[in-house]
Amino acid sequence: MNDKVINNPLEDEAIYIFREVAAQFEKPVILFSGGKDSITLVRLAQKAFYPAKIPFPLLHIDTGHNFPETIEFRDQLVKELGLELHVHYVQDNIDAGNVQEESGKYASRNMLQTDSLLQAIEKHGFDACIGGARRDEEKARAKERVFSVRDDFGQWDEKNQRPEVFDMLNGRIDFGQNVRVFPISNWTELDVWSYIQKENMEIPSIYFAHKRNVFERDGLIWSAHDEYVFRAEDEIVTEKIVRFRTVGDMSCTAAVESYAFDIDKVVEEIAASTISERGARIDDKRSEAAMEKRKQQGYF
Amino acid sequence: MIENKNKVLKLSTAGSVDDGKSTLIGRILYDTNSLTDDKLEAIERNSKQKGFDYLDFSLATDGLVAEREQGITIDVAHIYFSTSNRSYIIADTPGHVEYTRNMVTGTSTSQVSIILIDARKGVIEQTKRHFFINNLLRTKEVVVAVNKMDLIDFDEAKYNAIVKDFQKMIAASDYKNQNITFIPVSALNGDNVVNKSENLAWFKGETMMEHLENIRMEDIQEKAKARFQVQTVIRPKTEEFHDFRGYAGKLKGGELKVGDDVTIFPSGRKSQIKSISFFDKAYLAASAGSSISITLMDDVNVSRGDLIVKSDELPKETKQLKATICWMDNQPLEVSSTFFLQHGAKLVKSKIKAIDHKISTDNTGEIEKVNQLNMNDLGMTEIQLAQPLHFDSYSDNKGNGAFILIDTKSNTTAGVGFIE
Repeated sequence: MNDKVINNPLEDEAIYIFREVAAQFEKPVILFSGGKDSITLVRLAQKAFYPAKIPFPLLHIDTGHNFPETIEFRDQLVKELGLELHVHYVQDNIDAGNVQEESGKYASRNMLQTDSLLQAIEKHGFDACIGGARRDEEKARAKERVFSVRDDFGQWDEKNQRPEVFDMLNGRIDFGQNVRVFPISNWTELDVWSYIQKENMEIPSIYFAHKRNVFERDGLIWSAHDEYVFRAEDEIVTEKIVRFRTVGDMSCTAAVESYAFDIDKVVEEIAASTISERGARIDDKRSEAAMEKRKQQGYF
Repeated sequence: MIENKNKVLKLSTAGSVDDGKSTLIGRILYDTNSLTDDKLEAIERNSKQKGFDYLDFSLATDGLVAEREQGITIDVAHIYFSTSNRSYIIADTPGHVEYTRNMVTGTSTSQVSIILIDARKGVIEQTKRHFFINNLLRTKEVVVAVNKMDLIDFDEAKYNAIVKDFQKMIAASDYKNQNITFIPVSALNGDNVVNKSENLAWFKGETMMEHLENIRMEDIQEKAKARFQVQTVIRPKTEEFHDFRGYAGKLKGGELKVGDDVTIFPSGRKSQIKSISFFDKAYLAASAGSSISITLMDDVNVSRGDLIVKSDELPKETKQLKATICWMDNQPLEVSSTFFLQHGAKLVKSKIKAIDHKISTDNTGEIEKVNQLNMNDLGMTEIQLAQPLHFDSYSDNKGNGAFILIDTKSNTTAGVGFIE
């Protein structure tokens, strides 16, 4: 028998939040992208309810521009844990004419995810959507609550948020509203990586150094995957040893040159990094207020 | 240096408009190499755009468009950085009078309060309010940063006069068990924030960051009795765990051990702790802060919101609370209005029976007879509850002595209460 529970305040807080969600909501869902943050969420949810199964399904908004490694990983994880997975395809929305594909050099389906997400919430009647966003990622996210209320249109009213005092979480909402829940709000990128290391968690292979065909634009390294990512004729493809620090839609996620072939090396690299995680997110570079605008419209 | 690896220290900052709070935070981030190149570039670009000849660090923290437009902080922002010693989370709270609720919010989750003073202005009305709220929330560790020392020529006598002024306030306060440390700084130039400064050679104390690095967790942890409120009941209903009923919650205060005699409220039933688990491992004991699940020897009826305590450390019980309320809603608080009172995981219908008085936040402790509390007011109230609450005074156990009031129509968190 072990002596005394060794507590990790960030882990305890996240587990506490998961349990509040289970108790306060009728139909919660975990927003799952297959990225490291959402994988961490699943791990924490496992801990929160053990020996019972995770009492929520997963929801993936599939842009169709994913890294195949992520999808493979997703399906494996769902199978192992016996979870229910809902997938909503951005492509369906494009085909139905509800949203329009962006064009040009920086075309990405990242923005288009919002509509699919809102439709999924409405279709299934989800009242709490648990996401892996962290406050250290971006300054509009630094203002986000743990329980963040969205109106019937999925909108975030950033100037009129409920105060969150102590650890008391108020999840009372009207029918049609929903709450976005962020259990790892207070974690930093390094906290997540250290946790993956400590817990010996599996993550998709693209997070580790590998050979890839890439091209450079605006000082960033893009995947040379012409089917999803626009590439001009003068943008030349080379093979490099890279890894991904953050995983989103292929058309908005840049790679970094790296020789971090395993988790220990990744943690070392992140600890010494002088570039922020979202520095490799092309979607944030659009303007100073890019994230705030997307959040107001219902982006997760 | 004290070993604090893998520990998080939560700070909150309070200061008036233009005291340079955001600049101080930016300075800490900059001098601890916590600003990444891309963030620094953004700050440089924005500073230049605005025509400043210095780096405007407030741009690192003011996250909303409206904040950047008006050059003020509206909402609590959380900022993260770490040293080789430990991690820090700063709750950056706005200093305007009308944003008192944000200061209460930010302070409620922090272990150390940093109160900023503009050296040119000294202790002002706002400083008194910040200190008062800090004491209301019983934050034990306080750092008083006397900023903008460069604008008073790093004058030791002027600094000492400010410290003396502040000490008068301390003498008048009813909360004695706190550690208050005064530090002269200039956030704009970085004097004495992270690095020692020649300009302040007369100051023999630690720099602000040295001081924070040396704060010991065991000194700031609340010494309170064990309170285990059940968040949810875990019932796997699988073959392997057929009869398993685990009570999941986060231990507030003290320690629980397997074999402890416990009493469950509101039922008053008694039992013993059979097991303590964290995920798939069993333990003999758990201490405050751990998100554990426990099982009991007896098959008693326990549900969400129930409180499990050691049988020799019983809580108080009442259906009529006396509590200081900090009002946070646009709609004023009035006598006879009803609310949901949320005490941790317990939700109880409640009615405001009386507002005894409003408390002035300028540290005079002055009271005023009123009929209602407006947003940002503090007042002493009497509240009638539909069911009994099992609680401690806020000064004995913060987690079990505070609650929020939820508006039954708008569902918003309208106020926070601290039980007498």
